[in-house]
Amino acid sequence: MSSKPAELLRVAGITKRFTGALALDDVDFQVRAGEVHVLLGENGAGKSTLVKVLAGVHQPDSGEIVVGGVPVRLGSPQQARARGIAVIYQELTLVPDLSVAENLYLGRQPRRFGMVDRARMRRDAVALLDRVGLRVDPATPVRSLGIAQQQMVEIARALDLDASVLVLDEPTAVLTETETDRLLEIMGELRAQGVGLVFITHHLDEIRRVADRITVLRDGRSVGVLPAGATVPAMIELMVGRAIDEQYPRRPERPGEVLLRVDGLTRDGAFAGVSFEVRAGEVVGVAGLVGSGRTEVVRAAFGVDRYDSGTVEVAGRRLPGGDVRAAMRAGLGLVPEDRKGQGLVLSSSVGENLGLVTLRAATRAGFVDRRGQAAKAREMAGALRVKTSGIEQPVRELSGGNQQKVAIGKWLLADPRVLVLDEPTRGVDVGAKVEIYELINRMTSAGRAVLLVSSDLPEVIGMSDRIVVMAHGRVAGELSSAGATQDQVMALAVKENNA
Amino acid sequence: MTSTTTTARRGGFDLRRFLSDNGALAGLVVLVIALSVLAPTFLSTQNLLNVGVQAAVVAVLAFGSTFVIVSGGIDLSVGSVAALSAMMGAWGASKAGLPEVVSLGLGLLTGVAAGLVNGLLVSFGRLPAFIATLAMLSVARGLTLVVSQGTPLATPDVISFLGSDLGDYLPVPLLVMLVFLGITALVLGRTYSGRAMYAIGGNEEAARLSGIDVRRQKLVIYALSGLFAAVAGMLLAGRLSSAGPQAATGYELDAIAAVVIGGASLSGGVGRASGTFIGALVLAVLRNGLNQLQVSPFWQQVVIGVVIALAVLLDTLRRRGR
Repeated sequence: MSSKPAELLRVAGITKRFTGALALDDVDFQVRAGEVHVLLGENGAGKSTLVKVLAGVHQPDSGEIVVGGVPVRLGSPQQARARGIAVIYQELTLVPDLSVAENLYLGRQPRRFGMVDRARMRRDAVALLDRVGLRVDPATPVRSLGIAQQQMVEIARALDLDASVLVLDEPTAVLTETETDRLLEIMGELRAQGVGLVFITHHLDEIRRVADRITVLRDGRSVGVLPAGATVPAMIELMVGRAIDEQYPRRPERPGEVLLRVDGLTRDGAFAGVSFEVRAGEVVGVAGLVGSGRTEVVRAAFGVDRYDSGTVEVAGRRLPGGDVRAAMRAGLGLVPEDRKGQGLVLSSSVGENLGLVTLRAATRAGFVDRRGQAAKAREMAGALRVKTSGIEQPVRELSGGNQQKVAIGKWLLADPRVLVLDEPTRGVDVGAKVEIYELINRMTSAGRAVLLVSSDLPEVIGMSDRIVVMAHGRVAGELSSAGATQDQVMALAVKENNA
Repeated sequence: MTSTTTTARRGGFDLRRFLSDNGALAGLVVLVIALSVLAPTFLSTQNLLNVGVQAAVVAVLAFGSTFVIVSGGIDLSVGSVAALSAMMGAWGASKAGLPEVVSLGLGLLTGVAAGLVNGLLVSFGRLPAFIATLAMLSVARGLTLVVSQGTPLATPDVISFLGSDLGDYLPVPLLVMLVFLGITALVLGRTYSGRAMYAIGGNEEAARLSGIDVRRQKLVIYALSGLFAAVAGMLLAGRLSSAGPQAATGYELDAIAAVVIGGASLSGGVGRASGTFIGALVLAVLRNGLNQLQVSPFWQQVVIGVVIALAVLLDTLRRRGR
């Protein structure tokens, strides 16, 4: 005999328009106690808007929101919170310099005689952290925690505010494999405690592991609800509206001359003796856990950060260390992992961003050839199929996948010999991912080379020709990706130095 | 869908849309209409030329500050640098016996040098712009006092010319302001340095990773600000035919206000020459109008403060409404 679990939250017929564009179109969505309900859809499908409606940030133009059987209006984030709906965004809302305990009880510290009762705050914090399985000293400043631990602190705070519905907006996008495992585990425990979880992720394997139900959004409409155990192709087809033949459409080329040679690159405390080669026509993957030194190595090779010893050669020419412009002149390019923080100038337009790398080359006697720049930007935006109203549109307004295309496109305009892509598909939806992979193919078939740094193992294996695996700042091994398995890569990635 | 609506709008001139995109201009129009009703003398040619002259010094300072603010920095030293440059321009001719034009050049060079020092401190010394230029504010003012021994110096004719009228009618400061408006628009819109300013102000790290030499550009930016400050200093001294040790005190704040009223963001990446120009006009019109209405100077300060807050508040609300 099964009793139907209580419905915590229901939205019915929600419609939301932004200056003419329909962001949500008659969407229905429910959350029950003790379920993980996944919201799936490409970037721009309306997931974020729906989350913001639940969070009280946006008010729907029409439709009904029912919390615990009572129709309500969520006019502000405070009202949503008061109704027990908590949203954990990708950008966390913690104060880095305050301690874990202070963050947990920010603005509502336990008091005694008008003063903060630190002893009690500490005791309560320990108990609360235990609920999310986080074992850190509550006096630790949040700044010194990893991103996964910070998420846990934020989740713990939400739980203490009696959240019955917990919305997690792409929490795993910034986590490593192990951290993700841990988060999924905690989500299972919270589900057992009767919390209703709304989970947004682009990683379909995670959905298969935790989802009880999957609501798929496309173009602002709810196009279907899948049960637990839905297959990956079924999810993709519903999400994209068509079947995708190949998730990783790599077309290998015959390798040519060595375009990038990194030899014995070392920076004390970060990486040591890193050597690898990338040949024309090749895609070389760089795998490894977060913190293994992958990003540090490619940044140093590109001249962003210094290194202590070793050499970097591009097409046989040795680069001076710490000089981005020299690296560019030699034909090296880098699309950094942090798109918003390092890749794009968000306050500028699509066209301005596309023209940034080639700005110097388009300058004669101090003056920029604006017309030429605009023409090239328009051409590139078209070739990459960037969804935009025009190159004058601020890049801030684009979806994540389209922003990433712009971040890559500005480098394609400079036509580098070797392009380093650091996490190029993080937070990018399936459709745009395949388009980015096709760009990689196009580069290598033109005799260029790509160094692909990624935490996404299926991607590294699927798109690279060879894989360099890093562990603890060293190259732990190199694999041919033909026939390589995730287990083999992981075995190298967790290898101890002295092994 | 979005693109068709924009093109449709582009076909005809939509005044409401134009004004809502140019909040400062709308404010200026309202201000001018109100003042011409309240103070009959306001709209006279002579008075309007006066407004232009009054606006010129702050406008030229503010054009220089626009470069700095668009690139995400701040320059608090422009008032002092203006005074020091004018003082050097006067000192060269009257005390050191230099030819007048050389003396003018010395003054301009002083501004550039002060700007370069600011730029070096900010880019290579990694000082926050606020601190570096606050220090320069003090140093430049102090040097002005040292050079002048605390008393005003008469300016050579070449500088006095900058404050005079052409054919007893057209004020030279007005022309200089318009020329510098053009230069500023050209630098911001068309030059490598100008485009780099937007990139650096919008996201310095992204600019660096895109191969922009951020440190060198910062030198250019602060040097330009210093040069513009020097020109503004000459205009001010030219009008009075003397370079005063306390000239342009506090003008840096007017310059920043003009830039901000003009729609630039203090966090960088946003700002236009035309906006700054309008901002400087708003301040000048307001001061002139309040004088015409015989509002006490004490209250004038209050009104100007309120207008600055309102202008930025409206701008913020307008942006949020999108």
